[in-house]
Amino acid sequence: MPRPPSPSIPEKEFLYGSLKQSLRLDGRNPLEMRTPTLTFGPDLGWVECAMGKTRVIAQVEGKMVKPPPERPLEGLITIHSELSPMASSEYESIRPSEEEVTITRMLDKVLRRSDVVDKESLCVLSGQRVWHLRLTIHCLADAGNMLDCACLAGVVALKHFRRPEVEVVGEEHDPSERAPLPLSMHHTPFCFTFAYFPDPTILPVLDPSHLEQRLSAGLMSVALNAQRELCVVQKAGGMPLDQQEVLRIVDVAVGKAKELDKLVETRLKEDWAGRTVEVR
Amino acid sequence: MSSRIEILNDGGYRSDGRRQYELRSIDIDMSPQGTADGCAVVSHGLTQVQVCVFGPREARKRAETLHDRAVLNVEVGVLPFSAGERRRRGRADRRILELAASIKSTFEPVIQTSLYPRSQIDIFVSVLAQDGGLLQACINATSVALASAGIALGDLVCAVSGGVHGTFPLLDLSALEEGDLPNVTVAITPRSGKVTLVTLETRLHVDRFGEVFARACEAGRVIHTEMRRAVRARTSKLVDAMGAGTKGTGEEDVERDVLMSEINDF
Repeated sequence: MPRPPSPSIPEKEFLYGSLKQSLRLDGRNPLEMRTPTLTFGPDLGWVECAMGKTRVIAQVEGKMVKPPPERPLEGLITIHSELSPMASSEYESIRPSEEEVTITRMLDKVLRRSDVVDKESLCVLSGQRVWHLRLTIHCLADAGNMLDCACLAGVVALKHFRRPEVEVVGEEHDPSERAPLPLSMHHTPFCFTFAYFPDPTILPVLDPSHLEQRLSAGLMSVALNAQRELCVVQKAGGMPLDQQEVLRIVDVAVGKAKELDKLVETRLKEDWAGRTVEVR
Repeated sequence: MSSRIEILNDGGYRSDGRRQYELRSIDIDMSPQGTADGCAVVSHGLTQVQVCVFGPREARKRAETLHDRAVLNVEVGVLPFSAGERRRRGRADRRILELAASIKSTFEPVIQTSLYPRSQIDIFVSVLAQDGGLLQACINATSVALASAGIALGDLVCAVSGGVHGTFPLLDLSALEEGDLPNVTVAITPRSGKVTLVTLETRLHVDRFGEVFARACEAGRVIHTEMRRAVRARTSKLVDAMGAGTKGTGEEDVERDVLMSEINDF
């Protein structure tokens, strides 16, 4: 498949020129992110997250499985994500591109390795039955900054999901008549991606659009929660930055995480208020 | 098992007898291997990485060449016996692909790729032994190997890992410490003092991060002096081996030599 053409010279010059005056093509401030829109589906754990034209669907489903013998007390979480050509013609379906590897690895680090979900609470009967959570992330459209959008969708889906409560009766487990339970979560990390540009006088921008991402000299992703705990910092190469600059970016992310946390909490509350959960 | 081991004891010593900010012994071997243009075996304590650099040479795939700069090709192989448990990793393992991608993007802005248009530089990394700090060892070894291949670099890239135990920052973690502590890897370009790579994979408070980050940046400079010493030792050995023929060429050359060494003082 032919690669899409790189941005033209006038496009490039216009973008750099406007960024130099701290203006962005979509009218945002350099450190302003697109407000995410969260849409909840009919099922618990089905979330669509849209940031501008970037759209991602995340879905959580739970299944009972027998745990692996080395960890009999812990539930399992797997993340499935795929960037198909549906999101953008830049992604090929055959070979995982470098971007795809970065996105999948980051999702894994943010959502799984940073201990978002308390895995021991997913255990039903030690060594016999645990919950296996499967988080599927569908990337629908890429208009820049797919990673943040996917992370947000994944975290919100986990927060939105309710697992059925079961009761162990003797050797058997029984779907009881209790209301489904939310997952017990240690924290909620949010990911923020900053793009910086070849010209050092241009300040880094938060939540880069597609064009900004293409023309950037490197990205730095910071995942952290509202309690000021960093989960993942990822700046793999790209243009070298000053020490102070790195710490400044982390500080900016701290503020943004608090804002985003509030937004997510209100949206979840709104949705939960308008929902009646049937007890089978 | 590892929770029983004291990471930092009351006397301020770590499980392998190091102090808080003490790095493991660094060994840089730049002797040539096979037909590689540049080669380095770097060990940080028990972690050992070999890097072979080929190029700049004509690209294998004509379609991938760029008309204005060189293309980097990084391949990482982790030997099955490198870790405690024998384990074969495919080349398509995501962790290895990520490692290769971060090495590539770390060196892309550092190598003066525009000097070698339409060519390719191959960097083959083989991990011989793992005992924590894999990424830092890979980056340091690649830096030295590129220097020994005579490829124009803006700067040597020096990487160090760091972690936090309670409120105490530690540097250059071994595998045992890496498993228990939040850890950071920082790569700096010492001449400009800028940071090219930062990775953190575990939960860590923002205030603690700043501290360990600053320490790691300082330690990068220490690694830099080690690297510089190794590169100089190797070069002077080569110059000596080339014989006395270059010695009697007159005063001008000697003067120029001094100037050059000042300019090239990286």
